[in-house]
Amino acid sequence: MSSQRVFQLGLRRAAAPRFRVQSAGRMMQRRWAATEHVNEQGAQDILAKQRLQRPVSPHLSIYKPQITWYASSLNRITGVMLSGGLYLFGIAYLAAPTLGWHLETPSMVAAVAAWPVWAKVTAKSVAAFPFFFHALNGIRHLTWDVGLGFKNKTVVQTGWTAVGLTMVCSAYYIFFG
Amino acid sequence: MAATRALARLATTRTALRPAVLSRGFASVTDTHARDPVSKTAEKIVPDPARKPTPESKTSTVKEPEPAKDAKIKSFHIYRWNPDEPTSKPRMQTYTLDLNKTGPMMLDALIRIKNEMDPTLTFRRSCREGICGSCAMNIDGVNTLACLCRIPTDTAKASRIYPLPHMFIVKDLVPDMTLFYKQYRSIKPYLQRDTPPPDGREYRQSKAERKKLDGLYECILCACCSTSCPSYWWNQEEYLGPAVLLQSYRWIADSRDEKKAERQDALNNSMSLYRCHTILNCSRTCPKGLNPALAIAEIKKSMAFT
Repeated sequence: MSSQRVFQLGLRRAAAPRFRVQSAGRMMQRRWAATEHVNEQGAQDILAKQRLQRPVSPHLSIYKPQITWYASSLNRITGVMLSGGLYLFGIAYLAAPTLGWHLETPSMVAAVAAWPVWAKVTAKSVAAFPFFFHALNGIRHLTWDVGLGFKNKTVVQTGWTAVGLTMVCSAYYIFFG
Repeated sequence: MAATRALARLATTRTALRPAVLSRGFASVTDTHARDPVSKTAEKIVPDPARKPTPESKTSTVKEPEPAKDAKIKSFHIYRWNPDEPTSKPRMQTYTLDLNKTGPMMLDALIRIKNEMDPTLTFRRSCREGICGSCAMNIDGVNTLACLCRIPTDTAKASRIYPLPHMFIVKDLVPDMTLFYKQYRSIKPYLQRDTPPPDGREYRQSKAERKKLDGLYECILCACCSTSCPSYWWNQEEYLGPAVLLQSYRWIADSRDEKKAERQDALNNSMSLYRCHTILNCSRTCPKGLNPALAIAEIKKSMAFT
């Protein structure tokens, strides 16, 4: 409460008749800037109109890449890839006799054996990276579900460990498996 | 101070007929409509809610007013959007500041810009020491409090300041927190008891019981964690988000509270709690060093093993 305001209140009090009563505890506030008085409904309407126009602040595109959310989204994507692949192959295997496809193990082994090396490596890495990443990262998620390993440092360490092990395991599977 | 306040109160004690415009209480709790959630239909009407901001390369640069000879000039790209021009796109405005004349923290830079260069820049701030949570924003890609975030002294690299991610923007760096506060209210963040204290005086806790609240009660509800969570971005309407769940656990873990079962029951659906997929952006970003992800895991555990 500035002394200036006290002075103004005193002035108003002097100018006002003495019969007015007001509960104690309410403090006078005045806005000296030019304002427009709006009733409550009018204010609601203005607010509703403003809310329709509000943009959503940028999110995915500006958030810093971090092992936390990148690993998590990769976990989801690889999970979809793996289960989707399994479903597709399962349905194709069921439909194979009707459609005359040969998806039995011996014929597939024979087919893949005839592929050039680069095709084998590509096909194996498409299967290996998602599989190992999802399996290893899944262990992290399981430990979190029992409430372990929540320290920021631990999360980063286990995250990069999972990525490193994925590389090693996939490389082994692709070239020696 | 107290004397002048008493004097002022004395001066205003007899004014029943004063017009309402001139009289305002300290806090307005009557406008409950202001807390209504943003309706889902509103999102559909807006042609492009995620209007991409115009990049800083296409906007003007506001320069440091009087750069000294040995000035350490650093650029700040700041998200701007003015509700008075509602159809315009948000834009990234560049300001250059001399770090020698600026305080060490991001908030100092923002305040300096507002004071000396562009008074239209809008942001929330209050305590400037990381206890109020007003100045939460996305700085260089990570949600944090501007008052606790040092300005990187590398002047070659520009800093980018955005509002909290995936929030409706009121103006510039000010997001609409209505839904966040409404969610906080929904978890009933207060002690619920039916029985009076045994000694008739106070609800006592053992040291071990009190210790459970450490790391929970310090939360200042700045919403940095909630708005860093991709799950919260996509399911804001139903998922409570890390900050509110941490608060929820603060009351579930409180030995004095007697409504633990009801609290757990309220979370026992597919959205409120279980949209947490342990992404862990929340713990990573918390400017107070708390661990919302651990609190959520503890809630999940407490619900699984009861």
